[in-house]
Amino acid sequence: MIVTRQKSFEDILKQVDKGPAFLIGCSECATLCHTGGEEEIIQMKMNLEQKKIIVTGWIVLDPACHLQNNKRLLKTHHDELLQAKKIIVFACGNGIQTVRELAQDADVITGTETLFLGEIKHTNEFEKRCIQCGECVVDNYSGLCPVSRCPKSMLNGPCGGAKNGCCEVDEELECIWDLVYKQLKSKGRLAQLKTIQKPKDWQKATQTRRIVNHDRSQQP
Amino acid sequence: MTARSNLEQILNDGRFAVTAEIGPPKGADPQKIQNKAILLRGYADAFNVTDNQTAVVRMSSFAGCCLLHQMNMEPILQMTCRDKNRIALQSEILGASALDIRNVLCLTGDHQSFGNHPCAKGVYDIDSIQLIQIIKQMRDDGLFQNGEVIPAGKPIMFIGAAANPYSEPYELTIDRLEKKILAGADFIQTQSVFNVDHFLGWMDDVRSRGLDKKTHILAGVTPLKSKKMTERMKYHVPGVDVPDEIEQRMNNASDEKKEGYDIALDTMKQLKVVKGVHGVHITALFWEEITPVLVKESGLHPR
Ligand code: SF4
Ligand code: SF4
Repeated sequence: MIVTRQKSFEDILKQVDKGPAFLIGCSECATLCHTGGEEEIIQMKMNLEQKKIIVTGWIVLDPACHLQNNKRLLKTHHDELLQAKKIIVFACGNGIQTVRELAQDADVITGTETLFLGEIKHTNEFEKRCIQCGECVVDNYSGLCPVSRCPKSMLNGPCGGAKNGCCEVDEELECIWDLVYKQLKSKGRLAQLKTIQKPKDWQKATQTRRIVNHDRSQQP
Repeated sequence: MTARSNLEQILNDGRFAVTAEIGPPKGADPQKIQNKAILLRGYADAFNVTDNQTAVVRMSSFAGCCLLHQMNMEPILQMTCRDKNRIALQSEILGASALDIRNVLCLTGDHQSFGNHPCAKGVYDIDSIQLIQIIKQMRDDGLFQNGEVIPAGKPIMFIGAAANPYSEPYELTIDRLEKKILAGADFIQTQSVFNVDHFLGWMDDVRSRGLDKKTHILAGVTPLKSKKMTERMKYHVPGVDVPDEIEQRMNNASDEKKEGYDIALDTMKQLKVVKGVHGVHITALFWEEITPVLVKESGLHPR
């Protein structure tokens, strides 16, 4: 899931200026993160109205990153959108930009910070799991990802700074290498770590900006 | 094979080596590092110039190495993967070799969040083991990391790496040392030894796998200057093991400096006779002037 955090209300207010505003949420990740679900959008509407900002309408897109779907869903809000000078989007950085493609004169502004791709550990607790490197290597590490979960992206073993299994950079988090070690040890596969892992091909992460699945795009 | 550097020559001859660390200044004044160098000249075989240690901006290791070289002192270039990608790192190796800097220590680097620019973007394109491998391939096969031939002169380099006997999980410390050797580490400088017993056990494990024969291990020594420094090393520097007993000795000492010095001298004497240890690496943090005394009194002078 894409994990987001709501910007502070002060920051949002600054961008909203005098309004009027239309609010957009997302039914997927932002709903699960409680940053852009129906509940949060209605709360935001009330907060803005308290500050005398007119809210022309709102919608929770399903999901905000789906361009064609958005076109269809936003049609019914055509007039409300036209009246708004600011469209505030509570979704991930992708959702914001997809909405942006459909906006006309109004400014599209973001109500969230997009943080990482991660797991819902408990309700309201999220942890980074992937930085989309484009060349998944978790099989080498018992299904765990040092690329995203080690602050130094160490591929050939721990940095040596961990203490009691916690990362030297953030004591609240485990050293991912400690987990890798324990996992592989319990499976009797520690020897697997002796292979020197070659430098990653970062091109796969940084240069892959578009994919088209030709065979599937033909299907209904 | 002829040695690539004085340090390599000494180690190849089976003589006990001494290296010492010189921290470059937080500024552009060359005098600062030259003064430290004058103090240490003749007391070590080669001198590590740190690379923005603890992620605090200082004069570059490369520039520091050049300044030492001008003074006829042999430098060890330190390179971290934190600030440079594989393009910059390879380029630096070529430049270093061209300027007669012939020792390099490959490190992953302290995380930028510990330093004075915590908002910086860390690079970590490759890790230290990959860096060792890349430099070895440049040197021995004349190939860049991408497999292309180096057309205008292979670099000449004596390649070093760090090892930390105190890191966890313990089992991986030996595995990682082995990987560094496999990758191409000609010499190893260890984390500073305060817990000698633990280090001796680690060396037993190193020897039992024959690793001491495949590389030259230089054991780290850091004289403790004060109670404050002892406390910092014990509780705040990741990967350092200061035993309670040493902390107590420092706490009870009437002359902290003298106690710290005595501990270091004692440690040096013990390390000198450990089988498989081919030298010591002295890191006297903000206390460079103690290094000559330490080297003399442990019987390692003249160099
Ligand atoms: S290896 Fe790459 S793709 Fe796989 S989980 Fe880690 S960052 Fe994501
Ligand atoms: S302590 Fe572990 S997770 Fe943290 S930087 Fe070091 S190797 Fe990576």
